[in-house]
Amino acid sequence: MIDPNPAPTTAAQVVRVSLFRRLLKHPTGLTAMIFLIVIVLSAVLASVLAPRNPDLADINAVLANPSLAHLMGTDSAGRDVFSRLLFAGRFSLAGALLALVVAAVIGVTGGLLAGYYGKWFDAVSSWLTGLLMALPGIVVLLAARAVLGPSMWLSMGIFGVLMSPAFFRLVYASVTAVRNELYVDAARVSGLSDARIIGRHILTVVRAPAIIQAATIGGIAIAIQAGLEFLGLGDTSIPTWGSMLNDGFTNIYTNPLLILWPSLAIGLTCIALTLLANAMRDELERSSSKPKRRRGAARAMVSIEKEPVLVHPEVVTEREFGEELLKVSDLAVGYDQPDGSIKTVVQDVSLVVRRGEVHGLIGESGSGKTQTAWSILRLLPEGGRVVGGSIFFEGTDLAHASEREMTRIRGKKIAYIPQEPMSNLDASFTIGSQLVEPMRVSLGISKAEAKKRALALLAKVGIPNPERTFAAYPHEVSGGMAQRVLIAGAVSCTPDLLIADEPTTALDVTVQAEVLDLLRELQAEFRMGVVLVTHNFGVVADLCDQVSVMRDGRIVETGPVKSIFADPQHPYTRSLFAAILEDGEARGPLVEHAVGSATSVTPTAAPREGASS
Amino acid sequence: MFTFILRRIVSGAVLLFVISTVAYFLLYLGGGDIARRILGQSATAATVAQKSHELGLDRPLPLQYLSWLGGAVHGDFGSSWFTGEPVATAITSRLAVTLSLVIGATVVSAIIAVVLGVWAATKRGWIDRVVQVVSILGFAIPGFLIALALVLYFAIALKLFQPTGYIDLGTSITGWLSTVTLPIAALSIGSIAGITAQVRGSVIDALRQDYVRTLRSRGLSSRRIVFKHVLRNAGGPALAVLAVQFIGLLGGAVIVEQIFAIPGIGNVSVTATSQGDIPLVMGLVIATAALVVIVNLLIDLLQGWLNPKVRLS
Repeated sequence: MIDPNPAPTTAAQVVRVSLFRRLLKHPTGLTAMIFLIVIVLSAVLASVLAPRNPDLADINAVLANPSLAHLMGTDSAGRDVFSRLLFAGRFSLAGALLALVVAAVIGVTGGLLAGYYGKWFDAVSSWLTGLLMALPGIVVLLAARAVLGPSMWLSMGIFGVLMSPAFFRLVYASVTAVRNELYVDAARVSGLSDARIIGRHILTVVRAPAIIQAATIGGIAIAIQAGLEFLGLGDTSIPTWGSMLNDGFTNIYTNPLLILWPSLAIGLTCIALTLLANAMRDELERSSSKPKRRRGAARAMVSIEKEPVLVHPEVVTEREFGEELLKVSDLAVGYDQPDGSIKTVVQDVSLVVRRGEVHGLIGESGSGKTQTAWSILRLLPEGGRVVGGSIFFEGTDLAHASEREMTRIRGKKIAYIPQEPMSNLDASFTIGSQLVEPMRVSLGISKAEAKKRALALLAKVGIPNPERTFAAYPHEVSGGMAQRVLIAGAVSCTPDLLIADEPTTALDVTVQAEVLDLLRELQAEFRMGVVLVTHNFGVVADLCDQVSVMRDGRIVETGPVKSIFADPQHPYTRSLFAAILEDGEARGPLVEHAVGSATSVTPTAAPREGASS
Repeated sequence: MFTFILRRIVSGAVLLFVISTVAYFLLYLGGGDIARRILGQSATAATVAQKSHELGLDRPLPLQYLSWLGGAVHGDFGSSWFTGEPVATAITSRLAVTLSLVIGATVVSAIIAVVLGVWAATKRGWIDRVVQVVSILGFAIPGFLIALALVLYFAIALKLFQPTGYIDLGTSITGWLSTVTLPIAALSIGSIAGITAQVRGSVIDALRQDYVRTLRSRGLSSRRIVFKHVLRNAGGPALAVLAVQFIGLLGGAVIVEQIFAIPGIGNVSVTATSQGDIPLVMGLVIATAALVVIVNLLIDLLQGWLNPKVRLS
């Protein structure tokens, strides 16, 4: 492979050596590499390997079929095809190499300068890149040939210039990403020259992707060169795969076999280069990407011994709950691993939610509370599924329900309020259409009726100008407004059970209080059962009747909020309480709220208008 | 939205101007003694000088350029040095043929790529792997080799299609189809591969977005979400690739037209290039650049329609 900036550092060498070693274990990568080595060697050693002079025309053996004398037959001038193929490899590969060197030198240097120094150079080179990419390469090459005459080397040089944006963009992107990294700053502060910084820190990052890019561009260069020669616009004085293809095409009716050999040479070389590039990319991605961890997802279970759950006895409260809505028993959630095993992230989780009851799930991030919430809706991320236990909701076991049944239940019976307001609205559609669409599907109502309901809902959740918000796109409203929209969406089909996943975490403190009040109000009005995921005991105190404390995928302590606040048993629960005290006071007088009437509206409540439903 | 369109049009015009200037000076400076080349070695110095004067080549280059530009703005791109045919007519008649191929290939590859990409992204598993391998191969094999294989198999061995020639769409639709099916197939395979990879990737990305979970939680079916929300969000990156592929198709058409003996722009390009017919070459460069600018503008408009945020920037 080509190395335009020979500034090897030990780190870069390690990257390269290990990439090379890993390629040896990659079956496709290894095959492609061996094939390319054979092709390159056969071209280099053409004068030794070729049985005949590639230019020697034998008038008596024009278009001969393959024989011992001519392994692949002869062409229209009676020249030995096998020998020509070997010598043509020299020119075709050298031409591609030239294009590659030109593209890499211009692209990598330009990218380094533009990315590292920025400013005007940045603007100019980005514009030039756009210009170069605005024309089909072959048209430019044809125009250049009209002026400069048929030279394979010139064409490939120009093609290198045309391909330089590929390297430029790659290097530019990597450099701008690295430029502001702390360790580059540190290097600058410690007095390293720009050249040293570029050489040591930036080239290291860019090297591997640039090699991959080089393999791809090498393939394209071989293809385009063959294309030019095939059109008969090449240099007739040298043998190339493309000119052999042209000869084969001209004699396609008399000797169809003739076209096969150069086609194989071009096609297989291009495929090998592409496969090699892909194999390198695979290996790089495998080494660099640790399994992506999503928020609250799939944390490795620290296998702690199964300990008994501390259950606080029921206490008598003034609040009255209806029938049992949700009964989760011994729930286990697992994620499929690449090696076929299953990683369990939630285990032995049992909880009951009655109509009108708010059940809090509290724990630190990674404790499995969000996983539990998602599994009730059966909306676990890819690879995740319920691997044990049952989730009974109004007589149906959601753990084993079909996707079709789930689609009927979601929205209409069980609704969901997410954590991040912005990312949970589709930026391409108006807020109104995202409210109307589910109502039309779940409730089967007309568009006009759905719109009327949506406007009423928006007003109900405290949005000052429902008409305007209805027509707005998500990026045109604030985070607090967006969360109200999501809450409106969640209650739009009057669900029995609401799953709220940290509904206030992403909001400003003042907005948090308003949203909590809104939730409490809606919960009381619709008499919904609620599973409230949170990491904040203040929120638990504010809204919940029951609470389950989760750690490492299990419930460690559960019971009425009042008893747990009064007498936390588990050391983990106590440590969570201690954490609040360090952070600041828990919000609100907890005992009153836990016991008191849920309809009591605090003075901070947002102004509501036209509440109707 | 209006300023958005206006800005794209202005930047396209600037790009065309720059390309025309650079191309003009490079072509005419590098051309050597053009009159001599047209008339051949046997011509006398006097006839060469007269020819030079006739073609306006004895004037200073910037002046020549300005008069070319003045004509170009009014649609007059000069005449071919060899046939005397006006460049504009020579190109437009052939451009229609090439465009019918390229647009056909764009539509075909967009449709197939969306189907394959969505299929691979939503089903995953072995379907995904097969689609990936096929798209790697489709990307790796040069288009003209595919064209050759198609000619050999479908036209020469099976005799299903005519190996060469072109019947105008206006003359006969079935005739047109019988002549363009193989070229369009040959052109499409590479761009199908490119677009499929992009569609697959951006659909997978879009499916992982939070709003997909929220929409599902509202009771919308996966199918509905994929076709309405995910595709619209994945459309942006896919369209960007489509624009790049269109440029590639235009280039690919030059070679493919030669294989199928289709009288399109590729044909003119090859003749004009080997003769050194500079006004015609210049016209070709402008025509392709203009096409690329127009296509990019259309893609930008589509992007704006797909993504409301683009309209603001």
